[in-house]
Amino acid sequence: MILAWLIITPFAGGVLAWTLARGRGLLGGLASRWVSMIALAIDLLLVVRLWANYYGALGTGAFSLSGISLPYGKWLKELAVPWIPQAGISIHLAMDGLSLLLVTLTVVLGMVSVAASWSEIKDRVGFFHFNLLWTLSGILGVFLALDLFLFYFFWEMMLVPMYFLIAVWGHERRLYASVKFFIFTQVSGLFMLLSILGLFFVHGAQTGVYTFDYLGLLGTRLAPDTAFWLMLGFFIAFAVKLPAVPVHSWLPDAHTEAPTAGSVILAGLLLKTGAYGLLRFAVPLFPQASVSFAPAAMALGVISILYGAVLAYGQTDFKRLVADTSISHMGFVLLGIYAWNGIALQGTVMQMLCHGISTGMLFVLAGSIQERIHTRDMRRMGRFWEKVPVMGGVGMLFALASLGLPGLGNFVGEFLVLLGAFRASPVMAVIASLGLVVSTVYALWMVQQVFHGQPREEHALLPDLYPREKGIAAAMIILIVWLGLYPQPVINAARPALENLQKVRAAVLRQTQAEGNNPEREGSNGLR
Amino acid sequence: MLQLLWLIPVLPFAGFLILALFGGRMRKSAVAAVGVGSVGLAALVSLVVAAGFLLSAQNPSARVYTQYIWTWINIGAFKPGIFLYLDALSLVMVLVVTVVGFFIHLYSAQFMEESEGYGRFFAYMNLFVGSMLILVLSGNLLLLYLGWEGVGLCSYLLIGFWYKEPENGSAAIKAFVVTRVGDTALAIGLFLIFLNLGSLDIQTLMGTAALKWRIGGELPTLAAALILGGAVGKSAQLPLQTWLPDAMAGPTPVSALIHAATMVTAGVYLIARTHVLFSMAPRVELAVGIIGAATLLISSMSALVQHDIKRVLAYSTISQIGYMFLALGVGAWSAAIFHLVTHAFFKALLFLGAGAVIAGFGGEHDMFKMGGVRKQSPFVFWTFLAGACSLSALPLVTAGFYSKGMILFGAWQSRQAGFWLWAAGLTGAFLTSIYTFRMVFITFFGEARTAMAKKPDIREAVPLVVLAFLAVVGGFIGLPRFLGIRSLSITGFLSAVLPSSAQMEGQKETELLLETVASIISLAGIYVAYFFWLSAPEYSREIAQSRAGKTIRRFLFSGWGFDWLYGKLFVAPYKWVARVSRNDVIDVAYSFIAGVNRFFHYGLSMTQTGRVRFYAAAIALGAAVTITIAVLAR
Repeated sequence: MILAWLIITPFAGGVLAWTLARGRGLLGGLASRWVSMIALAIDLLLVVRLWANYYGALGTGAFSLSGISLPYGKWLKELAVPWIPQAGISIHLAMDGLSLLLVTLTVVLGMVSVAASWSEIKDRVGFFHFNLLWTLSGILGVFLALDLFLFYFFWEMMLVPMYFLIAVWGHERRLYASVKFFIFTQVSGLFMLLSILGLFFVHGAQTGVYTFDYLGLLGTRLAPDTAFWLMLGFFIAFAVKLPAVPVHSWLPDAHTEAPTAGSVILAGLLLKTGAYGLLRFAVPLFPQASVSFAPAAMALGVISILYGAVLAYGQTDFKRLVADTSISHMGFVLLGIYAWNGIALQGTVMQMLCHGISTGMLFVLAGSIQERIHTRDMRRMGRFWEKVPVMGGVGMLFALASLGLPGLGNFVGEFLVLLGAFRASPVMAVIASLGLVVSTVYALWMVQQVFHGQPREEHALLPDLYPREKGIAAAMIILIVWLGLYPQPVINAARPALENLQKVRAAVLRQTQAEGNNPEREGSNGLR
Repeated sequence: MLQLLWLIPVLPFAGFLILALFGGRMRKSAVAAVGVGSVGLAALVSLVVAAGFLLSAQNPSARVYTQYIWTWINIGAFKPGIFLYLDALSLVMVLVVTVVGFFIHLYSAQFMEESEGYGRFFAYMNLFVGSMLILVLSGNLLLLYLGWEGVGLCSYLLIGFWYKEPENGSAAIKAFVVTRVGDTALAIGLFLIFLNLGSLDIQTLMGTAALKWRIGGELPTLAAALILGGAVGKSAQLPLQTWLPDAMAGPTPVSALIHAATMVTAGVYLIARTHVLFSMAPRVELAVGIIGAATLLISSMSALVQHDIKRVLAYSTISQIGYMFLALGVGAWSAAIFHLVTHAFFKALLFLGAGAVIAGFGGEHDMFKMGGVRKQSPFVFWTFLAGACSLSALPLVTAGFYSKGMILFGAWQSRQAGFWLWAAGLTGAFLTSIYTFRMVFITFFGEARTAMAKKPDIREAVPLVVLAFLAVVGGFIGLPRFLGIRSLSITGFLSAVLPSSAQMEGQKETELLLETVASIISLAGIYVAYFFWLSAPEYSREIAQSRAGKTIRRFLFSGWGFDWLYGKLFVAPYKWVARVSRNDVIDVAYSFIAGVNRFFHYGLSMTQTGRVRFYAAAIALGAAVTITIAVLAR
């Protein structure tokens, strides 16, 4: 039930925050801020409890399902309640190390975004927090749902409040950006829905069991063509969220125009749902199709790495620059997922967490700057170090994280992904490594534009980070340095989950090969 | 005593943390105490460790001490640890880094006093020393890579220390980006090595390589080439040398510490550290030698025509590291390390001396606007002269003579292109004396064009004296065999880690002859400099004014046009691509779809006119078309 509480708490918190704030002016706003903070704090407590209970005993063990024996590990925590049994839909939530890590990230960044909006959002505060918490609740659901119908439900649930966050509290071009965001995600989500239904019916026709349950659907026998198209539906939805070139172009607009909290959640969490979907669903459900698709997906990853970096370097808008770096960083994730070996997958998980932290913090900084000087245009900044050295130091540190400096978490992620990718495809890995050079260019360029050089405009009122912002920064710095120097807790938590995913994929592959190859082998010209 | 090893890198890191967190609120004296003190303590601990290392073993050369701190990452087979590895080679490096580093820190305490950001300066410097120590003490290539990137970062931070000038910012970015190109090659090398040898532990991987790979095979060649890529970036060798002259934008002590004594020689250390791989890749090894030879010639020629005293020293540094690469290329590993050590002494000294002169003239870098320093500040003159003599390898009495002699001898003995490498080294030696004494004569002799305002106090004087002393006597740890006893020399000390190649066992007579030739060349160079810039400057002026002279001068002055070439080849195209795709080319496709939709939207909404007549006509027309189609389709 703890899993349900994780989702319900922000959900209910959001409703409460809205009701409390209605018609109560400033005080109501404050109340809704505190309600949101408390709701997330409760979630944090739950997460801490989960860590405490399960860190020592991250599961192993096996059980069999749907005819073939899958060595799927025990879940840390599981909840299965029938919802619409006639259609094989249930409320099936489960948590393994991977979900635990991402849930933790969600709660932490959720608190950061509430804190970051403390003075930024002054308008319709209650409704803002309602949307914020519902988005978070949807994201938590996505990371926990094991029923594909439920998964799709949460997938949509995080989308709508996010749309409102951008459209209502965004910057100048918020309408354009929010509509673009909505259309991209919605259209790609529909592809996934088609695939889910397709899988549901194929599986039902085959076995007579109509179910949306992930564990039931794993290992469904599919003709190669069917498998490819169904896989593609999932892939498109996840690639848009990730985002991968060429379906990335909603991202710079949405991130730039969103309020700070929106950007933090978009970059830090929403993008991770795409990666999580690929890891949990797209590859294990369609191993065979994914194997043949891997070169293309890895190539897209490499292109994203380089193209995102080039885009970032060309920008003059601080937030847009940071947004474009996300494309580059998530390219590493895509590359790692489709390299699909132990090292690359661990790198993928590290990269997801560290990108969430580092980019999240850069967006917080962008928000702080915009709050102070009311612009994001870097051509109007310069030599900020002189006036706001603490902000400068924090900005420098996270720029360095962004360019993958060893000692900070992102390096571990990128290095592991590249190392794993080198095993899968040396050529791809070598080209992707150029990302290390181009990321240096944009990161240092950004620091130069904002903090060094000539002051290109006088800003009379430019106070350094407030205590609240310093608190956020300190927490994020501790996290990113910790992950850079001692990432082992994360690796240990993710390992059984990743190994299970690998085992599932391997088992299904073996089975398909055994079934698919036997007649072929007999029918071929008798070489064996 | 060896157990204290971990303290050596931790002390400067602690200094960094204190200064980074509280430096802004500390008094200058406190900042200096922390900044200089942490490195001083590290130097003391290193001396203690060195004593322990030398005394407690029968054969210190073969001694190894490791200290395991924690496992950084553990993913099944991939298990790089954070552990320190101390052997003769890393001990030499640790001593150079901490001792020279300490004196440069001491010097900075006065030098930077007037500058703002005193705390920030020492924070970066301490971070640098800590990272450099990690680099040389790491037993594992991944941890080495951490130090490697760490020193690169500090180099960037310190080149751009005076961040208000945009030029300093671009120089800093250039340094970081250019070296990162090399670092990326190194990273790819790490991937290759791990996936083929199953370990990044340096000793393990070298052992496995010797067993698994055959000499001259594809894999060792690739691995060595990729490591070489990292080394040329960090050590400013061809073709990645372009960042170092611009790096002089940083404060002078930074140039002394990072861009002369320690960081830029990291590439030399890396190759020596992984020398087994290079021995297994003879073609790459030869390439190392050729790169070294070409770099030393190219940059010593550029040093000949510079005006800025720091740029002379920068090109000189590139060229001296070229010597070390030459030595590595012929397998004279210990000669390379020997030159690294003496170079650290005399080049740090020269930079600090130049800093004193520059500060004396109120920040003037142009030698032609100085002059006459000899009379105004004899102390600076004599210490600088000691460094200059050492750099020019003045026979017998300077450290540079012995280390350079050892390199030239090694080159001569080498089977691979030995003569040509030796000849290049000798030519370089000639050029070195010329540009060095050109600098000395222009800066220190002649009429004083401006008066020196500022003289060094004790904090600057002590480092100058100590380094001058080391620049003179530091060579006695590596006397040639016709003068010294081999087992007491640095070659002997390093012999277990860096087994000297068979070629070094040549004739004593040959060695004597070669040293004599080198001595004559060095003195001849000094005479040429004396002739052109002191006794008969009109000749040099005339040559410089001639048409050919002007063209050549411009070419050499710009560092052989590499900046221009890279600008055209890489920088401009990249900027162009970034500018073109600023608004995201791919998004145009989506805008097109959106545009088409909007077109139909407006098109269709125009039909909603509200006029019944129009609607009726449309319905009639639609019905007619539908019926026609239905009839025809039958």
